[in-house]
Amino acid sequence: MASNEEILAGLAEIINEETGLAPEAVQLEKSFTDDLDIDSISMMTIVVNAEEKFGVRIPDEEVKNLSTVGDAVDFISKAQA
Amino acid sequence: MARKVVITGLGATTPVGGDVPTLWQNALKGVSGVVRLTDDWVEEYDLPVKIAAKLAVPAENVLGRVEMKRMDPSTQYGVIAAREAWRDSGIEEIDHDRLAVAFATGIGGVWTLLSAWDTLKEKGPRRVLPMTVPMLMPNGVAAAVSLDLGARAGAHTPVSACASGTEAMAVGQELIRSGKADVVMVGGAEAAIHPMPLAAFASMQALSKRNDDPEHASRPYDIDRDGFVMGEGAGALVLEAEEHALARGARIYAELAGTSVTADAYHITAPDPEGLGATRALKAAMFDARVQPEDIVHINAHATSTPVGDKPEYTALRAALGAQVDDVAVSATKSQMGHLLGASGAVEAVLTVLAVYDRKAPATINLEHQDPEIPLNVVTTARDLPQGDIVALSNSFGFGGHNAVLVVRNH
Repeated sequence: MASNEEILAGLAEIINEETGLAPEAVQLEKSFTDDLDIDSISMMTIVVNAEEKFGVRIPDEEVKNLSTVGDAVDFISKAQA
Repeated sequence: MARKVVITGLGATTPVGGDVPTLWQNALKGVSGVVRLTDDWVEEYDLPVKIAAKLAVPAENVLGRVEMKRMDPSTQYGVIAAREAWRDSGIEEIDHDRLAVAFATGIGGVWTLLSAWDTLKEKGPRRVLPMTVPMLMPNGVAAAVSLDLGARAGAHTPVSACASGTEAMAVGQELIRSGKADVVMVGGAEAAIHPMPLAAFASMQALSKRNDDPEHASRPYDIDRDGFVMGEGAGALVLEAEEHALARGARIYAELAGTSVTADAYHITAPDPEGLGATRALKAAMFDARVQPEDIVHINAHATSTPVGDKPEYTALRAALGAQVDDVAVSATKSQMGHLLGASGAVEAVLTVLAVYDRKAPATINLEHQDPEIPLNVVTTARDLPQGDIVALSNSFGFGGHNAVLVVRNH
């Protein structure tokens, strides 16, 4: 079980790997599309990498509801519970 | 009168140079880029062919990490070469609706395709990356170059095996002549040094098995040649309408005076032993350029170093050029860098343009005992070309019976 801080740090690492964005730019209130400029293809790669890293399943129909980094952290946290 | 097409920018990443100045210096010197492969998979699969010509400067030394991840190696090489050619052209402002791309590949994203297949088998469908399709598609290189330059007048991908790079030159020339574009980034890229293509080419007995002597494995016209050596890389050229280049005061390397593309319709892989398709291509290219055999001073030959391939090219040259062929300085640059498949025509176009511009024919290495059935005037150490008006040819032939020829004239 990862804490929310650990999930955020893990996501920041995955996003950095995929897009080159500095990990400190990845903050809870940031929107994936509007703030971080992550397109749908990158988003799917990030989702699959997050599934592997955190041992959860994020269904495709759920991905569109994850508009901010915080949404993703919450979803992963609940899915791990 | 058709618009004249000139060449104003050159780029390349190859086994004997990661940029054009290094490539040209080494091509004149005569070096080998062929090495014994040290990748784990060579021994893992006990490949019969353990040699190839890898890039002199790996792509990761040039591109950023994120860029690398989103491109198949073939696209990485193409983008590196195209960026160099673009900088070299000095073009600063351009109507992007009049800028096109014609970027070829022989095989395309073979690394991406086969890695994704491995992932599917080992980890399941969820782990197959969403970028897989845009990375493996053969038009991936042309699309990436178009995106990089903002080229909106079409992005074309001629695919004709080892003739692809030269065919891209023909496509680019047509786009300018017909008025559909003013500037075209043309080129070819290939990254197929992967165990599957190596096994497949070896299985058709096309590759040299001189595993213990890689530097001497690629030996076009030599009596002891035993196949080609697979190379990788990319070449790129900026083609420009002459009036467009003159209006901006561009440095013009040479004129792309003519091109031609023909098909043997003889056999899926074997060249027509009489070289009829190649002869027609040579004659058509010279007609297109309005030049005569006696105008030709230099040829960058296709000459892959296979036992069956080198001779029909000679037969075709003799048929198309007649006695003039004895006076033409012939360079077989695959002796140095192996066969870059779909990129070979583009890299050889770069070399042919530089030969005309610098008036020097590059070296053919490893020619120790010339095949008596191929009595060409082969340039073994770089040779000066004459002053005055000169014309050079570059030939490319591909599996499928594809023949493509280009004609370069001094400007």
